[in-house]
Amino acid sequence: MTAYIIRRLIIGVIILLLVTMVVFLFVRLMPGDPLLVYMASFDINRQTSISQENYENLLHIWGLDRPIPVQYVDWLGGLLQGDLGKSIKLQEDIGILIAERMPRTAYIGFITFVLGTIGGITAGIVCALRRGTWMDNLITTTANIGMTIPVFWFGILLMYLFAYKLGWLPTSGWTNPFDDFWMSCKQLLMPVGSVIIGSIAGMARLTRSCMLEVMRADYVRTAWAKGLSERVIVVRHQIKNAMIPVVTALGGALGMILGGSVFIETVFAIPGMGLLMTNAVFDQDYQIVQAGVLLFGGIIIFSNLVVDILWGWLDPRIRLA
Amino acid sequence: MSVVLDVENLKTYFHTEYGLVKAVDGISFNINQGEIIGLVGESGCGKSVSILSVMQLILTPGEIIEGKITFEGKDLRQFEANGPEMRAIRGSKMTMIFQEPMTSLNPVLTIRRQMTEILELHLDMDRASAGERAVELLRMVGVPDAASRIDDYPHQFSGGMRQRVMIAMAISCNPMIIFADEPTTAVDVTTQAQLLELMKDLVTRLNTALIIVTHNLGVVARYAQRIYVMYAGRIVESGPSEEIFDDPQHPYTIGLLNSVPRLGEKHGTRKLVPIYGVPPNLINMPPTCAFLPRCTYKTAQCEKEPWPALRSAGDNRYLSCYVDVRGKQ
Ligand SMILES: Nc1ncnc2c1ncn2[C@@H]1O[C@H](COP(=O)(O)OP(=O)(O)O)[C@@H](O)[C@H]1O
Ligand SMILES: [Mg+2]
Repeated sequence: MTAYIIRRLIIGVIILLLVTMVVFLFVRLMPGDPLLVYMASFDINRQTSISQENYENLLHIWGLDRPIPVQYVDWLGGLLQGDLGKSIKLQEDIGILIAERMPRTAYIGFITFVLGTIGGITAGIVCALRRGTWMDNLITTTANIGMTIPVFWFGILLMYLFAYKLGWLPTSGWTNPFDDFWMSCKQLLMPVGSVIIGSIAGMARLTRSCMLEVMRADYVRTAWAKGLSERVIVVRHQIKNAMIPVVTALGGALGMILGGSVFIETVFAIPGMGLLMTNAVFDQDYQIVQAGVLLFGGIIIFSNLVVDILWGWLDPRIRLA
Repeated sequence: MSVVLDVENLKTYFHTEYGLVKAVDGISFNINQGEIIGLVGESGCGKSVSILSVMQLILTPGEIIEGKITFEGKDLRQFEANGPEMRAIRGSKMTMIFQEPMTSLNPVLTIRRQMTEILELHLDMDRASAGERAVELLRMVGVPDAASRIDDYPHQFSGGMRQRVMIAMAISCNPMIIFADEPTTAVDVTTQAQLLELMKDLVTRLNTALIIVTHNLGVVARYAQRIYVMYAGRIVESGPSEEIFDDPQHPYTIGLLNSVPRLGEKHGTRKLVPIYGVPPNLINMPPTCAFLPRCTYKTAQCEKEPWPALRSAGDNRYLSCYVDVRGKQ
């Protein structure tokens, strides 16, 4: 098992390296220039002009005049010393920016992930046990619709309805839950709601079909032949088996939530990692984009490893492999 | 000898999208205490459905349409399929060994848990004593190193060993009847013989009735006292084993016997001939004898008259055929 985890970690690092390489290259090949963006704002504030000399000076200071592979190795070197680089636009250490922004995204993501997973699995199990009833039909239909709703659109729809039309919730913004928990909850209701619908829908559908499959399994017939009650059969014999494929999908669900945060923080003006990255892409703020991709990629790879370990724990057949 | 189970005119149909499948269409059989009987027929003729019906383990779209299932003097059909009365009988007084040793045990639970849950449920044992009893049972069925193997998972056992575990589970509450649904079909010939000997041994010791379901008439010859031959959802012939073997009277039984090696027979002394044709589709069956299209003894009467009812054909023998095959073989 230890050897397996180590192997997976090494593979994970290699994947991250490849991903950052690609991103590193692409942000630099995209049209536009972070220095021009920076100097433009500089220009407005300080009323100095953008001179060729100034520009080349900055290019040299930020190391952008060197060949891309050299820049990459340099960036990696900094990374190993815990230096994520500095934002060109915000003139701030990215480590500090992430430390400030990531907890917010993590907080929202965690709530969405936990509630989405619990809600989805519960709904799926209920549907499977009550298959064919109005409740099953209702949840399944809702889930089918929920799967296809774009997060961005749904967020704006919620905002229009609950903030603009009904005025029940604040339109957007972020409040630290430790400062004002109630306000924070009200502000999070819509962002969490718009991402969670997809999570619940996906989990519910998967759980339902896995449960239905397991119900027809030979070992479940054996369990009935033993005289066990339905409750014991469901809890002891069905759920753990049905959860094996569901757990493997958790890694993907987390990826969806992180991806969703990019949209949702933009729509609801939440100053988290997602918004930071969106802005960084528009501003061509190379360093932030690279660090963000590294962070999200790392989280996804690590959570997939956790999922695989969990999978081995659920399914003894692969535990030794 | 007392009758433990008496099934009368059992009908189990499946409502499928292609039509009504009359999987079991009016079968009757009985079994005495401690008796071993064989239920024989080609695959798809309704053997599994018959015994699952007795235990009321039929899932939708299946339904028991009719029949009386008398067990220990009570008609089981008065009980709800998964109600407390049926659950109290299943796994304790009536147990089942399934065909597929690979998939019939839960892959994510240890052998210990799968065995102790029966003992805890029906015998009210606590975890610890149930565990000890489970180890004893595994020893009884010949699982080597039982005390440590009991904490393994099913995938760590071979097919034959898993079937031994199933047998151990089946005898764990001293049942009145064990249904063994093709218990040896999925294992090799040597293991097959060992498992059958083991089962025979155990049921003789425990005075338990055993129903061996198989498509191979050769398998049951040595073990069963009586044999029921089933075709297309009905019993077509029944009687004591030796008589069925020495003097088969239904053309289907004759066909079955000609298609399998007989016990004690020297290899190659007799040419094995498979039965011509395939078993019928159980949807939209004609009213005439279901074996008619494959029968080599058929007469004009067979083409005209409906499928004959089971009639007495000697001492303890029953037959559903218009033709007297004696002398024609
Ligand atoms: N769940 C089901 N749905 C539809 N038909 C079924 C189902 N289970 C069994 N049958 C039908 O019942 C017939 C008898 O099946 P079975 O008892 O399993 O045969 P066997 O004699 O091989 O054990 C088969 O022809 C099969 O098509
Ligand atoms: Mg069968």
